[in-house]
Amino acid sequence: MSLLATRRQQQTGAGKGKNGRKRNKPEDFRSPGEVAADKRKSHMGYWLILPGFIFMLLFFVLPVFSLLATSLYTKPPGADIGQFAPALQFSNYAVVLQDYWAELIRSFGFALIATVAALLIGYPMAYLVAVRLRHRNLLRGILLVLIIAPFFTSFILRTQAWKQILADESLVVSALQAVALLPEDGRLTATAFAVVCGLTYNFLPFMTLPIYASLERLDTRLLEASSDLYSNAFTTFRRVTLPLSMPGVMAGTLLTFIPASGDYINAALLGNNQDTTMIGQVIDSRFFRVVDYPGASALSFILMLAILALVTLYVRRFGTKELI
Amino acid sequence: MVLTDAARDSRMETSEDRGADLRLSSITKRFDDFVAVDNLDLTVPAGSFFALLGPSGCGKTTTLRMVAGLERPTSGSISIGGQDVTKTSAYERPVNTVFQSYALFPHMSVFDNVVFGLKRRKVKDAAAQAKAVLELVELSHLGARRPAQLSGGQQQRVALARAIVNHPAVLLLDEPLGALDMKLRRQMQGELKKIQMDVGLTFIHVTHDQEEAMTMADTVAVMNAGRVEQMGAPRDLYDLPKTPFVANFLGKSNLVAGTITEDLGDTVALNAGGNRIMVHKSRTTSTVGSVLVGIRPEKLQILHASDAPAGPNQLRGRVSDVSFTGVSTEYLVDIPGIGALGVFSQNRGQDSAERGDEVVLVWDTAHTFGLAGTEDALSGIEEAAVL
Repeated sequence: MSLLATRRQQQTGAGKGKNGRKRNKPEDFRSPGEVAADKRKSHMGYWLILPGFIFMLLFFVLPVFSLLATSLYTKPPGADIGQFAPALQFSNYAVVLQDYWAELIRSFGFALIATVAALLIGYPMAYLVAVRLRHRNLLRGILLVLIIAPFFTSFILRTQAWKQILADESLVVSALQAVALLPEDGRLTATAFAVVCGLTYNFLPFMTLPIYASLERLDTRLLEASSDLYSNAFTTFRRVTLPLSMPGVMAGTLLTFIPASGDYINAALLGNNQDTTMIGQVIDSRFFRVVDYPGASALSFILMLAILALVTLYVRRFGTKELI
Repeated sequence: MVLTDAARDSRMETSEDRGADLRLSSITKRFDDFVAVDNLDLTVPAGSFFALLGPSGCGKTTTLRMVAGLERPTSGSISIGGQDVTKTSAYERPVNTVFQSYALFPHMSVFDNVVFGLKRRKVKDAAAQAKAVLELVELSHLGARRPAQLSGGQQQRVALARAIVNHPAVLLLDEPLGALDMKLRRQMQGELKKIQMDVGLTFIHVTHDQEEAMTMADTVAVMNAGRVEQMGAPRDLYDLPKTPFVANFLGKSNLVAGTITEDLGDTVALNAGGNRIMVHKSRTTSTVGSVLVGIRPEKLQILHASDAPAGPNQLRGRVSDVSFTGVSTEYLVDIPGIGALGVFSQNRGQDSAERGDEVVLVWDTAHTFGLAGTEDALSGIEEAAVL
């Protein structure tokens, strides 16, 4: 048996078991050192995930448990502000749900509208760059950089900029008033519209990039095959392009919806603190202003579970095997 | 393979029962500066198996794509069954394509792939027809699989089924067997031909494989540099090529330059490096001045110099190379004043010549063909070699 064949045998040997070993004589000539090296190799993978595992344990798993514990704390009679005692006070959950269910629902509503808007804006963008400009490398590169460019400025700054764009005296508002789309005394700043605009804008790259990635792999010959088989442009999109880009759409919608539901900066900067309050703002104020740690923790936990439930439903309904 | 009742019934419903004539009139396609197809005229009769044969870059695939509607001609018109379709989109044409890459939809089952076209046209009993065609290509047991789970040959059949299920007026095949290995390719050639006869559609088959084109097609058009060099039945093309490109691309040819010296009525005699060669007037494109005469290697008989009979068409020379291939022996013979000629000799127990032997090559005048002397005798050799 040639050296090459022997090597191959060693590589596949693990699955072959004892019979394989006995038949193939060269296996018997492996030195103890080689055997040990093989064994080390097979355990290598576990060692490699160790740093990540420790990191997640310290900075995700433990905090989640600590959050869960805090959410059940109780405030002993006569305690100072911010002083709580460990307990199992499940009523914390009922109390915050009763007080803030409207903000919770509103958060998901805003996030949903922003996700749909980002999809409607981001998909055509991704399609243009990934499919239409597939062979125009320079233009494609420039547009990709433009999609990512907002990341180079701070999140807060970009959101602040929207405040200017939608301000009462701004061009946008006066233009909308001029064409009577907005009443004379109407305003955009400090409205739900402004918050959703901010959310859509801020999470747009998270929608666009995954869709771009899946459309970039789209074989355009399939589109030709589809038109050859009596599909017009719309049917081709619905039957071929969209289904094949679903992994990207799934990833993009999740990457937009999840952080958008928990976001509080857009609502804080672009909202009005009354009918635009999102759950993130509530958690923020319960934690840092009211110093109600159990309440804030309970709300955080509710938000987490609600997102998990919604995402599970969504993935079950629209999910593709390729993604999960 | 027999066409099932469902498939047959559905054929009755279509207006184009035997496919339809396809006519290309002065089609030109330019990509920037490059002329891919140059003022092409082509008529493909209904029900025929037509092959567009040529080296890569000769414009055959571009021609096919223009018929499919995937490419717009720069000028000229295309009509199918008498109807001008030049300005219509791909999805409006009664044409289906078997793509070189198959282009099967990876997110659909084999059955959904096949039924796709029928559903788009809202055909009744689409499912039954798709099943019938899957049976025709012997894949009915794999309908639920995804294309990625099939072998290359099976994918090829799905691509074929997906196209023929629609009973197009013209079926376009773009190097459909190119991705298959040699053995499977030969097998599929036979099956394709059989299916074509069963369903009776007009097939246009694009290929660079001359053997494939000759085996399968009724009519072969040899394309070169955006033009049709010659068109005809495979046997006619091989027997009487009209250009050096066809002579060299379709099989091998010995092309010898000469000058016509005598007119003998039915034939002309010419002088090639001091040798006298006869050509029938009906088999030469030019009967005066300089010509290229061609003889196929298998038409040449190799004899010992002493056995030479009397008469014309005798070339004396020396064997410079011998290669034995089992069923045949191929010789290279150096002829003074002409150069090296190839001889292909069936091994039927005759004495074989050795390297260095003095030999004489003889052949029947009926096998000589004459081409215009102004043409390049080497045209098509390189194209045939790279395949």
